[in-house]
Amino acid sequence: MSRELETLNVGELLARWPFAEQHLSDNGHAEIADRPEASLKAILDCEQLAALDGFVGMMEDFLGASEEKVTEITITGGRAKDGSDEPVRELTARVGDVICIVGPTGSGKSRLLADIEWVARGDTPTGRHVTINGQVPDDKWRFSSEFKLVAQLSQNMNFVMDLTVEEFLALHAESRQASEPEEKIQRIWNWANGLAGEPFTLDTPVTSLSGGQSRALMIADTAVLSASPVVLIDEIENAGIDRQQALDILIKEEKIVLMATHDPILALMGDRRVIINNGAMQKVIEPSAAERANLTELRALDAKLMGLRHRLRMGERLDEI
Amino acid sequence: MRFVTVSGPPSSGKTAVIIKTLEHLQKAGQEVGVVKFDCLFTDDDELYRKNGIKVRKGLAGALCPDHYFVSNVEECVQWGKMENLNVLVSESAGLCNRCSPHIREILAVCVIDNLSGINTPKKIGPMLKAADIVIITKGDIVSQAEREVFAARVHMVNSKARILHVNGITGQGSFELSTLWSEIEKTETVEGKRLRFSMPAALCSYCLGETRIGSDFQMGNVRKMDLEMPTGIKTDGGPTDLGSST
Repeated sequence: MSRELETLNVGELLARWPFAEQHLSDNGHAEIADRPEASLKAILDCEQLAALDGFVGMMEDFLGASEEKVTEITITGGRAKDGSDEPVRELTARVGDVICIVGPTGSGKSRLLADIEWVARGDTPTGRHVTINGQVPDDKWRFSSEFKLVAQLSQNMNFVMDLTVEEFLALHAESRQASEPEEKIQRIWNWANGLAGEPFTLDTPVTSLSGGQSRALMIADTAVLSASPVVLIDEIENAGIDRQQALDILIKEEKIVLMATHDPILALMGDRRVIINNGAMQKVIEPSAAERANLTELRALDAKLMGLRHRLRMGERLDEI
Repeated sequence: MRFVTVSGPPSSGKTAVIIKTLEHLQKAGQEVGVVKFDCLFTDDDELYRKNGIKVRKGLAGALCPDHYFVSNVEECVQWGKMENLNVLVSESAGLCNRCSPHIREILAVCVIDNLSGINTPKKIGPMLKAADIVIITKGDIVSQAEREVFAARVHMVNSKARILHVNGITGQGSFELSTLWSEIEKTETVEGKRLRFSMPAALCSYCLGETRIGSDFQMGNVRKMDLEMPTGIKTDGGPTDLGSST
């Protein structure tokens, strides 16, 4: 047995793997925590010990104790909808990269993201292959919730739990068995407030946050607590959130950021843009110097619109703009 | 013929997941069919038919839906064979959270949705606990954090299952599920096979149509709650044995 559980007593077991209590209580040893000095060997038979060992192993995987850090993913091109070769043969995204994905509806953006999420091995309709850190990854990326490659943030997501911000973050931290949960909760809350502009308190119910505040909390929470190395963003709404700072937070937390967007400012913030059409990656382009220069102007335009929005909110007329 | 049992709480998205998943198999030229089990009413059979899926439905009516399922499942398998199906799916709702239609050696899928509350994985018991694949739906409308918490709760209840996220509306994730449905062993019959978990016990007077309330009318498999009432308060008394009643 890999963990030599038979040599441990209950106290030692629970100190090291607190989640084992649930497993034991589910298997007919509900009051086990009251007897910390009892030896596991005395309580459990061989089969039960093996089951406990299996559970601990799976939970360790779940919590990422044996996780190798993802530093890059590579997509090898497959075929387009018409069966022709995909023009882009290889695309590698590294930690800290922001890659925008553009293309009309039905062009194949969702399939590309699904290929990444499913870690395609030539076995999806596109025939693409995805490798992680240069290796063909194993099945855990496909089937276990803990090793989900992609975390998603999209416009139509909501909080549905009836909890305060603090309770909500504590629950997420607990389910990830995160170390130093207090510090992480504070950090997420601070960051989210920085992103949102309109501050909220830790005892605000998550369901009463504004759209901007919700988005800000989701981004900060995903950056800090999600185990997924890739974050997919499906547009970030313009109102009520500092988008540059949102990307900076995700980069700081070593995420690979993919952004499906047609917002010119967001698209130019990316390091690269992948152009999708006919079910295939047609081109990968980097923003040109001229585009970068235009970003300044676009931001000024954006600021102007936001200013007008603010004036409307304050009850002013827009006779002069 | 490949046979898959799909279960899940009402409105969790079973039908949508099945249609989207079978669509990929249909595209690959496979003949597919569904037997839909429900209680009082369903028009999902129309939905299946519209999508080119052969379908039979069974309404349990006054019977326990899962007892009804297990009493008919072999005939359903034979129907599927007669129709020359490559893949047959049984769809049933775990209406009392105690049932589980899953059969040993037959691929067992449980569909559960993100909106159902984080304690639901613990509540629904055997149909989740005994499943090989757990499909989590409605992920597009909740936050990433809630999806992660929910999946973690599913994992706590069933750490062996493969967990997949499928969107019943866009079909995201259904291709991936379809690959798991096409790699399973073929089944000729389920006769002689065993359920993974026993069905809910019953057989009291109410099973047989009794409608009156009170101990005098309760016979058979009856159990009383312990409400911890002080002595002296009138209670209904214990159950009457089948034998001693008149």
